[in-house]
Amino acid sequence: MIEYLRNNHVIVWQALQEHLYLALLPVLLGFVIALPLGYLAVRFPRLYHPLTNVYGILYSIPSLALFVFLPVILGTKVLSPINIVVALTIYTVALLARTVADGLRSVDAVVVQAATAMGYRRTRRLISVELPIALPVILAGLRVATVSNISLVSVGSLIGIGGLGQLFTRGFQLFYMEPILIGVILSVLLAAIADLIIVLVQRAITPWTRVA
Amino acid sequence: MITFEDVVKVYPGGSTAVDHLSMELPTGKMTVLVGPSGCGKTTSLRMINRMISPSAGRILIDGEDVTAKDEALLRRGIGYVIQHAGLFPHRTVLDNVATVPVLLGETRRAARAKALALLERVGLAEEFAKRYPAQLSGGQQQRVGVARALAADPPIMLMDEPFSAVDPVVRLQLHDEFLRLQQDLGKTIVMVTHDIDEALKLGDRVAVLREGGHLAQFGTPRDLVTNPADDFVSGFVGKDRGLRGLSFDDASALPVRPVEGLELDAAGKPRGGTFTKADSLRTVIDLVISSPTGVAVRVGPDGAPDGLVSHHDLADYLASRRP
Ligand SMILES: Nc1ncnc2c1ncn2[C@@H]1O[C@H](COP(=O)(O)OP(=O)(O)O)[C@@H](O)[C@H]1O
Ligand SMILES: [Mg+2]
Repeated sequence: MIEYLRNNHVIVWQALQEHLYLALLPVLLGFVIALPLGYLAVRFPRLYHPLTNVYGILYSIPSLALFVFLPVILGTKVLSPINIVVALTIYTVALLARTVADGLRSVDAVVVQAATAMGYRRTRRLISVELPIALPVILAGLRVATVSNISLVSVGSLIGIGGLGQLFTRGFQLFYMEPILIGVILSVLLAAIADLIIVLVQRAITPWTRVA
Repeated sequence: MITFEDVVKVYPGGSTAVDHLSMELPTGKMTVLVGPSGCGKTTSLRMINRMISPSAGRILIDGEDVTAKDEALLRRGIGYVIQHAGLFPHRTVLDNVATVPVLLGETRRAARAKALALLERVGLAEEFAKRYPAQLSGGQQQRVGVARALAADPPIMLMDEPFSAVDPVVRLQLHDEFLRLQQDLGKTIVMVTHDIDEALKLGDRVAVLREGGHLAQFGTPRDLVTNPADDFVSGFVGKDRGLRGLSFDDASALPVRPVEGLELDAAGKPRGGTFTKADSLRTVIDLVISSPTGVAVRVGPDGAPDGLVSHHDLADYLASRRP
């Protein structure tokens, strides 16, 4: 395996970078889109159930189907990484919009009322009271989205798009174990490290959750 | 002065929470709204800072309709304390207290300095400043809640059952501290409680509400006890209102007998409790009943005993006061 790495480190390194990019860009995009969508479901309680149902349905579309059909819908090339990014962004939005909504709903109504009575206006209250208190729930969703995106990128390689999955396909084609093993180990490591980073960030920015 | 002008609140669904309420709450005094659960106390309170809007009628602060002002600005000028404190769990005690000054545009540094001074004022040591609400007892949280409401020095404070969720011992302690604080600050306070004892103890004025949001009586604690407007009020004020009434009369007219045969303790003080002319008759009754000698000792301004009162003396005096 070391031997294989030595000879192919350029390919492996490139696959790793692609993998990270393809997994994390959707997390970022998805999070930014999910914030207002999740808020909408809380701001207008009547929308909560319809919206979360839609998010649930989106999340249940099989990834391979999405990878195959998106080029038809978007008019992109079948091998374009845009397909992966769009597909994973859809999953992230579906997951995080619901998490954001649930996080905001978990904020004690008494605390929100106290904030209002202190003289917070709606937007400032959202940013400096409700969102911070909802953070533990939101970040838990972000962990799930990140880890599942990292594993889903590998599926993309089945239809020939980059990332560590390329190493699997290459291994299968050549009946060769090494690249498969390396691909598996690296994607697991990647997921574990990403998860750990989010946990550490969470500990740093939500110190109040660890006191009582 | 806070004026309720014929205020009505009907919730969607048709229940009338407040029914043609008119009253004037004097500036610099504490007015307590008291009544059974569901009689519209919270609703009345929250219409003052526009958390709830009336269905009809107006509320004026110093003659100005509360709806004339931007609601967020109005609220920043009115302190608000609730049961269970409602502190922000993600902020330290210090930053909780600094909330309104920051909203009003003060720098965080200035707001924190203010907050620190206030913590001391409500009896919390500096070491609590860096803690989070979850690390405090209920009584401590309530003190932080009071400090947070006071931070921007608002002329008006609204308090909804502020002492109901703490245990009885702490509650009595908070009452006394709060009375002392109010004596210094002279805020216009509106407090809600379902506890008539608390209302009579803390209120300069008491508004008794009954189900359906009717004002049954508005007056001083003494008015309520000695002159209840109707059966509802006398029932609510309680069976022991005769005894309660004695808390409003001092012992200045209570005759005493000369000091003789007084048992002194090792320090040369009379055994049992002592009272002054300024103490209430209720206090004297308590002393006489609990005194080991059956006699309460009156002391003068210098602390020296100047008279004795026995069971009999007290009974005779109370009998002589009957109309
Ligand atoms: N948001 C609301 N919607 C409908 N009814 C309400 C609402 N809030 C309070 N009520 C009703 O109004 C009445 C007065 O409530 P409230 O002011 O909270 O009473 P209190 O504080 O004296 O217990 C009650 O009958 C209560 O059920
Ligand atoms: Mg209430």
